[in-house]
Amino acid sequence: MPDSALPIFLLKRMYRTMVLIRRFEEQVADRVTAGEIKTPCHLYIGQEAIATGACLALEREDYVWGGHRSHGHYLAKGGDPNTLMAEIYGKAAGCAGGRGGSMHICAPEVGLLGTVPLVAATIPLAAGAALASKMRRDRRVSVAFFGDGATEEGHFHETINLAALYRLPVLFVCENNLYASHMHILERRIADNIAEAGAAHGVPATVVDGNDVLVVYEATRAATERARQGLGPSLIECSTYRWRGHVGPSWDMDVGLKRKDELQEWLARDPIARLAEVLIGRGVGREELENVDRECLAVVEAAVKFAQDSPYPDPGEVLAHVL
Amino acid sequence: MRTLTYVQAIREAHAQLLARDPRVFVIGQGLWSPWYAGGSMQGLETEFGRDRLLDSPVSENATTGLAIGAAISGMHPIVFHPRMDFMLLAVDPVVNQAANWSYIFGGRTKAPVVIRAVVNRGGEQGAQHAQALQAMFMHVPGLKVVMPATPHDAKGLLIAAVNDGGPVLYIDDRWLYNEAGEVPEDFYSVPIGEAARRRSGRDLTIVATSVMVKECLRAAESLAERGIECEVIDLRSIKPWDERCVIESASKTGRLLVADAAWRTCGVAAEIAATVAEKAFCRLRGPIVRVTLPDAPAPSSRSLEQAYFIDATYVISAAESMLGAREE
Repeated sequence: MPDSALPIFLLKRMYRTMVLIRRFEEQVADRVTAGEIKTPCHLYIGQEAIATGACLALEREDYVWGGHRSHGHYLAKGGDPNTLMAEIYGKAAGCAGGRGGSMHICAPEVGLLGTVPLVAATIPLAAGAALASKMRRDRRVSVAFFGDGATEEGHFHETINLAALYRLPVLFVCENNLYASHMHILERRIADNIAEAGAAHGVPATVVDGNDVLVVYEATRAATERARQGLGPSLIECSTYRWRGHVGPSWDMDVGLKRKDELQEWLARDPIARLAEVLIGRGVGREELENVDRECLAVVEAAVKFAQDSPYPDPGEVLAHVL
Repeated sequence: MRTLTYVQAIREAHAQLLARDPRVFVIGQGLWSPWYAGGSMQGLETEFGRDRLLDSPVSENATTGLAIGAAISGMHPIVFHPRMDFMLLAVDPVVNQAANWSYIFGGRTKAPVVIRAVVNRGGEQGAQHAQALQAMFMHVPGLKVVMPATPHDAKGLLIAAVNDGGPVLYIDDRWLYNEAGEVPEDFYSVPIGEAARRRSGRDLTIVATSVMVKECLRAAESLAERGIECEVIDLRSIKPWDERCVIESASKTGRLLVADAAWRTCGVAAEIAATVAEKAFCRLRGPIVRVTLPDAPAPSSRSLEQAYFIDATYVISAAESMLGAREE
């Protein structure tokens, strides 16, 4: 990991955000195992650097869109952990009033306009929000987070062309964790070359280490500046790995031996441990990092308590919000 | 009052919406073409600029998604599909996203988008330049569907759709483009969900959608010459539809015919027939009759087209057999 010239307060914010996501997801995993949580949860563990690096490079007003694996995007953009946990518990106080569950979440107050599990679906929506920003000249940037599997949908290819054509202030952030459900990327396409789609449409594309929060931050920063100058979209492919299964808390060892070897390699590239090293190199004490850990755990435990104590939605309101 | 054609009324609604509301823009194929949109968008691009009338690449899915994303972030877009058949490439954004959006987020964000689809058929165009798919979209909760049958409603329903607050599918029919009628110059809405009684009668209720309204009025005129008085209801809004108006009329006449120029199975006519059978069965004096297209793709050859499409003559013969049953 390179030495960073970024201010120490920002590095500490990144650390806190990544640890919060990790502890949140571990807590969710435990509660799924305990049978308290039923909604299918696609955990973000291992990929924390991407949501964190990207969202911390954005302004509060900027828009963010996600998919089925988006607890991390929600938290990194500044969404309330209590209402997220309550949503996962199916409670009325949830960020979607108990109608969304883990996969349909939003925090419009901080620019997270929506995440949905229909793979790739929010890619054109993100571009649409960017089109709105361009028309209003409000200088907002819109970010679509999606996985490698989403690049196999027509949504991706159609949208990247439109975004380039209309020079939209949109960032396509592909989190390439090598698997779409159980299938490795090389079982799904002839080469691991997602970023090449950028050049085909005249969109600058970079491939970055998605387990290095600093390079994700820098790449996002550069892309947002470009977008705000009216120069159009960028594609950032972040190489990463999900530690847990496609869905649920398991370690996903049933998808073959290859995965077992890979996992060991990727565990050694833990994005949180890597940032901890940088912080220590910059003179931050281990004790301070342990405190961050404890504080984040307390936030997550409070969120669980909040969710457990909240009532379920009133069954009489099952039809509310159908327009 | 001033008279406009149906297509002129659609154009005027766009012009007034674009002039009044900076949140309104249009995206879709054919907007800069002199003929593609059948004259309904003529010259708007020069009047309001190409940055508010985005003639698009052949990407129905992404353009519809863009419009929905823009709507979620505060705009009031109209996405234009010059052929409804091609809109099937945009079913994910319409059904999974726009229609679900308000509900899945507990009403915290909404997608006030108008999807305009044109039914453009006949003239030996064949199966994929023909389809009227209102029933497919009527099935989806969270999506309103309107089908204007007159120039007045073509304007008023588009304005209502843009200002509805949720996603609305607006379906216009090229077979109506040259119909003329009175259209107020002001900016007005036709309420979504209200039917219009186009003719009063005591013997038979005819509920019709879009292009079939005109055919049913022709049929009613011809039947009146033989002493059969039909009440003709223009549904205008397919979802929500005006149950009260239809049930009141069917209860009064005791006979219901539903005409919808689309496929029969699970169609608009089937839904109306089922609802009236559930709620007013005892008021009926005979079976409900549907006049629809057969369950087949649209053919091309003129001889087959003639056997396939429906018009007033189908309504007349259906009505005669319904009334004939009474006389027996």
